[in-house]
Amino acid sequence: MTNTPPPPVSELRWHVAVATCLKLLLIPSYRSTDFEVHRHWLALTHSLPLSRWYTDETSPWTLDYPPFFAFFELLLSYAARAVDPVIVHLHRGLNCRSDSVVLFQRITVIAADSCLFYAVYRLTRKCEPRKGRLIWALVIWSPMLLIVDHVHFQYNGFLLGILLLSISYLSEGKDLAGGCLFAILLCFKHLFAVAAPVYFVYLLRRCFRGTFVRGFGRLSALGVAVIAIFAAAYGPFIYHGQMQQVIRRMFPFGRGLCHAYWAPNMWVFYIVMDKVLSFVLRRLGFDIQMPAASFTGGLVGNSSPFAVLPQAWRNPQPKDAARWIAYAYTSGFLFGWHVHEKASLHFVIPLALTAVQSLGDAKHYFWLSIVSCYSLFPLLYEAQEYPIKVLLLLLHCMAMFLGFSALFNESARAKATAPESRKGDQSGEKRSSSLAKGGGFTIGWITRCYLFGILLVELWGQFLHPYILGNKLPFVPLMMISVYCAFGIMYSWIWQLRSIVRCSS
Amino acid sequence: MEKKKAKKTTHVGDAARDGADAPWGWLTHRGVVPTFSFVSLFGLLVRAAVSLHPYSGAGTPPKYGDFEAQRHWMEITINLWARDWYVNGTLNDLSYWGLDYPPLTAYQSYVHGLFLKLFDPDSVALFSSRGYETYFSKLLMRWTVLSSDVMVFFPAVFCFWIVYNRGRSRGGERCDTAWHIAMLLINPCLILIDHGHFQYNCISLGLTVGAVAAVLSQKDLIACALFSLALNHKQMSAYFAPAFFSHLLGKCLRRKNPFFEVSRLGLVVIGTFAVVWWPYLYSSDALLQVLSRLAPFERGIYEDYVANFWCATSVLIKWKRLFLTPELKLFSLIMTVSTCLPSMIHQIASPSSQGFLYGLLNCSLSFYLFSFQVHEKSILLPLLPASLLALDDPSLYKWLTHYGLLSMFPLMRRDRLLLPYTTLNALYFLLHHVPRDRRDSEVTSSSAAYTILTAFSVCCYFGLHLVYLTMHAPEKYPFLFEALIMIFCFFQFALLAIYTNKKQWTLSKHLMLLNKEKKLI
Repeated sequence: MTNTPPPPVSELRWHVAVATCLKLLLIPSYRSTDFEVHRHWLALTHSLPLSRWYTDETSPWTLDYPPFFAFFELLLSYAARAVDPVIVHLHRGLNCRSDSVVLFQRITVIAADSCLFYAVYRLTRKCEPRKGRLIWALVIWSPMLLIVDHVHFQYNGFLLGILLLSISYLSEGKDLAGGCLFAILLCFKHLFAVAAPVYFVYLLRRCFRGTFVRGFGRLSALGVAVIAIFAAAYGPFIYHGQMQQVIRRMFPFGRGLCHAYWAPNMWVFYIVMDKVLSFVLRRLGFDIQMPAASFTGGLVGNSSPFAVLPQAWRNPQPKDAARWIAYAYTSGFLFGWHVHEKASLHFVIPLALTAVQSLGDAKHYFWLSIVSCYSLFPLLYEAQEYPIKVLLLLLHCMAMFLGFSALFNESARAKATAPESRKGDQSGEKRSSSLAKGGGFTIGWITRCYLFGILLVELWGQFLHPYILGNKLPFVPLMMISVYCAFGIMYSWIWQLRSIVRCSS
Repeated sequence: MEKKKAKKTTHVGDAARDGADAPWGWLTHRGVVPTFSFVSLFGLLVRAAVSLHPYSGAGTPPKYGDFEAQRHWMEITINLWARDWYVNGTLNDLSYWGLDYPPLTAYQSYVHGLFLKLFDPDSVALFSSRGYETYFSKLLMRWTVLSSDVMVFFPAVFCFWIVYNRGRSRGGERCDTAWHIAMLLINPCLILIDHGHFQYNCISLGLTVGAVAAVLSQKDLIACALFSLALNHKQMSAYFAPAFFSHLLGKCLRRKNPFFEVSRLGLVVIGTFAVVWWPYLYSSDALLQVLSRLAPFERGIYEDYVANFWCATSVLIKWKRLFLTPELKLFSLIMTVSTCLPSMIHQIASPSSQGFLYGLLNCSLSFYLFSFQVHEKSILLPLLPASLLALDDPSLYKWLTHYGLLSMFPLMRRDRLLLPYTTLNALYFLLHHVPRDRRDSEVTSSSAAYTILTAFSVCCYFGLHLVYLTMHAPEKYPFLFEALIMIFCFFQFALLAIYTNKKQWTLSKHLMLLNKEKKLI
């Protein structure tokens, strides 16, 4: 099967075009405040000199992304001015809601996705057609990307495109290009830095795989390239003596441990305990104040990704890079400081690449992507988008189920028929029974129960809770979603860790 | 099953390109139901996305648009007795969006009105709710259309698809049949009108598709009942009536006891009508009052700009000025009936499933082109049989859809639906040209004249869009571009009507030849 031709590019183009049509249709949907944040950044970068970008406080939405993203906004702002000068006006443009702004910003997100598409093309160009098509379906049609980028409004598709490009270079053994792309990515959005230790160890070991002298040469080349990239990003701000201000904006530790919506991670258990305890204690008559979330956690978060480092050190295999990076993001998500629920994109999208490799991976991915997509549901809280998010998730489930079963049942059938073909006459029933035993994509009863639980949580939160309890305890549905999804993501984290450890031992 | 599949794959060719390796193998490999549910979920998603966009008459007092009309009917039906729905009175002002569809539409409005009342009583309060537009009421109204689509149109299409595939002589590839569902469900004109502009065509068209499925599976009584229901939802379904009538008559004539068969069908039709019209059967006055509401002859032979014969030729002959309404009624009746006749005669003489579908297309096209009081939205009716025939003649459906869209272009612009219009146009084109693993790619033996004609039409198609969007019409002829679009579309539709009539007649010859060959073998 290895010599089958890759799926034709025309098919990829077709998928991209159809997905673009859907994105265009979603233009008038609900937009979060992130829309205004990005609009303000367009105006900010366009109308102020570079030295004031990180100090300006015209709007509460101050610039808190690294410089490359600011440059990117500057680039877009020229096009924005051509479309409608109000967009880039620092004061008149505030909370601008006109059609031209919406259309322009939405279209920039759609256009920026071409980076993601190129990365997907690069990753699948030598793939088997079936696997390649499945990766397309998982990445291009990812419901999470559609929800976060094209409804909620962000530029994750573009940034994840850079990450996937970097992974694609790493998996081909081109470490220099992979490392540089990751450095560029860090200068676009620093939240991706969670995987930096993995990259560091991996690249270090890859550099020194030959003789010491050549290794040193490779390392210095990589080092110079990365330093040059960082210099290009931060140089102007160092020149203006603003480095401290930039860093203060980029790492707002004052924001607290958890984001407004609780991301389904470890801390949600802590918060629930906290809420329950304070509730119980107050019932018991103790007069305690609700503790503000000033918690010096995050230390665990910084240590947990290191579990993968010994593996990367011992045996830096290009094919495992995607898995390790995804694992690092999962750990960062579970234990990190002020994690957004949207950060689950950082590991779900790269894991799509490994999902097609084995049956176990596929089953894990099926679980993980449903859980993380569901955990994004509270982002689109308005009724108008309700059918859309549900339909997106259902379509994704069906596509995964059909795709994985087509991929693995065929091969399982081939395996099952190979020994039986000698026996000859006993076909039919026996073959199907051995198919059921010998694998093929099936959903186990634990997964089924868990997914059924999602349905119950959703039913409670959407219909029963408002009906039974009315406006009382409004945080309960949200908390249920986070806690329930946190269990799912914990499981996924353990599974990934186990598979990585087992893989190398 | 396994054997059959193996045979097919070897027949298709290269060993490497077995079932699951085809572009859509993963979609179709688990059989009929998953394929259908996947495509229909996608269709629903497209509908839900289109429903985010504005509806007709959004924020335009005093009369608003079709959205307000439907909402007003809900208001009337849940607040008044059924007897008063069609009667002008102190509580029911017929000049403000009076009910002018048959009773089934009224019942449907009643049910949807109850739904709205449950969640937002203000939106259907008598009088005070006129022009009621809120975020939530828009949503509820949109959801009523979505749910009717799911409950009527989708199941009907599923039944049709199963029956049609069973009846096809050549066992089509699974990929083709999956494509056929997409073509049936993602009909851009229907989606734009129902989920963008705001109407409930999915119900009457769904009932019609159900009736067609019943005819194809030889359940004529069910077909009669379903089609009568379709007629009772929108009187426009009468565009299909000649085809149903002639096909069923032709079938009955071939049975042992034609008179008995015909009367059985007739009784079912009368029975269905009686049930639907029950509240108005107490006196002939009430019945006539409803009927007069359904046939608004006073509105003239055409309204606005529509791509039919009367509107297109009015550039040369001022029909409305030269003739009185009764004369025009007679003209249009004669024209419509005479253009329907060929396909009716064909179906009475030799009824066949394929011929029936072409008959539906031909009759609805002649009604669209020649009947009295046609809306631009009526192009949905010819489009339906064209979509049913998509597997048989894909380019016909494509042509009709794109020109159907063009003929609705001015309406879409008025409704501020240009974005979904353009997007659905592109989406339909893409879905139509889905990458397929086809060895026998369509061999088109096109003559030079045909190529030139096609190229010219495509140029006009894009040119008219561009001109309409960018240029202002001269003050002397403010509707110049609308008229141009309509004339252009009329010629396309007229050519298509000639082509499909010819095709229906040559169909039987082709079939007869096939039968002869079979007998010889």
